[in-house]
Amino acid sequence: MSITSNSIRVYVPRDASALSLGAEQTAKAIAAEAAHLAVEIQIVRNGSRGLFWLEPMVEIETPEGRVAYGPVQASDVASLFAADFLHGGNHDLSLGLTEEIPYLKRQQRLTFARVGITDPVSVEDYGAHGGFRGLAAALKISSADIVQQVTDSGLRGRGGAAFPAGIKWKTVFGAPAEQKYIVCNADEGDSGTYADRMIMEGDPLVLIEGMIIAGIAVGATQGYIYLRSEYPQAFRALNEAILAAKNAGYLGTGICGSVHDFELEVRLGAGAYICGEETSLLESLEGKRGQVRFKPPLPALKGLFGKPTAVNNVITLASVPIILDKGAEFYRDFGMGRSRGTLPFQLAGNLKHAGLVECAFGLTLREVLYDFGGGSATGKPIRAVQVGGPLGAYMPESQFDTPLDYEALAAVGAMLGHGGIVAFDDSVDMAQQARYAMEFCAIESCGKCTPCRIGSIRGVEVIDRIVADQDHAKNIALLRDLCDTLLAGSLCALGGMVPFPVTSALNHFAEDFEPRALRAAS
Amino acid sequence: MARPVIPIQLRNEPENNLPPDQSATVADVLHRLKGVPGALLPILHGVQDALGYVPPDAVHLIAVALNISRAEVHGVISFYHHFRSKPVARHMLYVCRAEACQSMGAVALEAHAKKILGIDFHESTADGAITLEPVYCLGNCACSPAVMLDQELHGRMTVEKFDSLIRATRQTA
Repeated sequence: MSITSNSIRVYVPRDASALSLGAEQTAKAIAAEAAHLAVEIQIVRNGSRGLFWLEPMVEIETPEGRVAYGPVQASDVASLFAADFLHGGNHDLSLGLTEEIPYLKRQQRLTFARVGITDPVSVEDYGAHGGFRGLAAALKISSADIVQQVTDSGLRGRGGAAFPAGIKWKTVFGAPAEQKYIVCNADEGDSGTYADRMIMEGDPLVLIEGMIIAGIAVGATQGYIYLRSEYPQAFRALNEAILAAKNAGYLGTGICGSVHDFELEVRLGAGAYICGEETSLLESLEGKRGQVRFKPPLPALKGLFGKPTAVNNVITLASVPIILDKGAEFYRDFGMGRSRGTLPFQLAGNLKHAGLVECAFGLTLREVLYDFGGGSATGKPIRAVQVGGPLGAYMPESQFDTPLDYEALAAVGAMLGHGGIVAFDDSVDMAQQARYAMEFCAIESCGKCTPCRIGSIRGVEVIDRIVADQDHAKNIALLRDLCDTLLAGSLCALGGMVPFPVTSALNHFAEDFEPRALRAAS
Repeated sequence: MARPVIPIQLRNEPENNLPPDQSATVADVLHRLKGVPGALLPILHGVQDALGYVPPDAVHLIAVALNISRAEVHGVISFYHHFRSKPVARHMLYVCRAEACQSMGAVALEAHAKKILGIDFHESTADGAITLEPVYCLGNCACSPAVMLDQELHGRMTVEKFDSLIRATRQTA
């Protein structure tokens, strides 16, 4: 494919979800048809815009802006060429101007500003769309001022724990050591979440820029991205982007001609959910079993290889460049209460319009589920929604008006976590969901704490006895007691939070745990 | 790492029972990676990527190269779901069992997969084509239910799509 300035740009995503729906075949079909018709085009493999019911979504650059078509299968390609889609021609799959699609237009994309727009691994494209401006700003101020900016922005850890990023950085900044580390937690294991993956595949350079800024801020010269092995497409994109950044002088010694050095490497996990817990992740990076460490010492003081380490989630780090570029106040002006900025909500599971919605904190769950999500995919009523991954509570319809911010969800016994929202229709059996939560904990427990290692197995057995009508009242009491033990007796969030899905199912969907005779009668 | 280097006494060390080609592969991976910080996971990935699994006979070679005990190497291999100590079929098929996929019929899909392939999780089909593994989220939660064949993700799986994927896979080497 020859590339000239006047060849038409056609965008076909290389995002793993788009690929899972046939984007590769679509791209090949477009290239073949263009060659067949002797039309000169340039295919750009961009990230996904996050409108997954429309993937593979193909975009064409026109003088009026980008025009979208979707979902485009390889079999649609010939008819698209016949409809002159290369010049925005009308077709059954026409979606109009991409930026005018309501789902996108109603969002506030800060962290995801470039995802789906640029070529993810092109440093030039990244720079042309505002990339590296945060780094340029950071290089003009002192390390302490960078830390202050991040603190003032109100940015909190997007991995789930929501710890203020600036305070963590300040601790690492203040810890004297010859070697410090920046570790990016890219072990996105929560079901219903894919924002980290979309950034890593769709705009990996923003993560790289965020990590460089973090390194300059705290005085770290080595960064590691700990990526889960279930994300091979993200692994490829990250490595391509790191190489491109290195070749352009953004990584290595003397970044952009400054005195700062920063090296970056991607390390693969090996299928252990627990390694998303920061101390377990550090053990794994050191080449050990991913067993949770006691805290203190904090990783910020004694982390990777015993050195001061800032461990941050992908979205946290990817939000840093825009904060440095546009200022702490710009970012802080989004959001509500103590939840500042935006959060990429990930709509997942049984929803008609599942996709990525980046908005300021404060939308209600109902708005997200119905205004964006369009209700259930199956057309049945939405009965339960699990927010925040496998350790998040199941929320019933009566809680759908809760605003999505960290404190508001905590107030109703739920948690926002990494922003994953999984909807279930009324065919769901909540006793089975509670059982699965315990089963998952048993499979993924690192084994350090007894309540988690053994309690989770006992939890599965107790729920089995409840649904089999054995000593019903006694076993319900036993299950609640077990949840208390897990809550109080576990070092980390796995054992400590698996009671959330279980007790929320018990509290809000008690009818699913009732003796079988009663369930049959109702 | 300030780990004192105390050479491990190779008492009654088993012979290197690996076939020569596997032995050469392991030696090559160790040569490339044993010096990187926290080398064990990268080494295990390297060996498994090349051989399809981590042969039990490779454990002592890795242990000696890193100056750690065989128990430590075994402990790491057995801790992580991704690493395996047995050879697998030509293709790995991962079926997602997590919540988002459950909400779109993953439980039924899992049952169908086991029935059609005639195997349970962690087993391989008799023709050596497919090894079936559970996975807990592939990050394809907006396109559930999802499976991954080798490194290729497939979304919105139906029984029909699953069956045609299996047919196509069986025809490939």
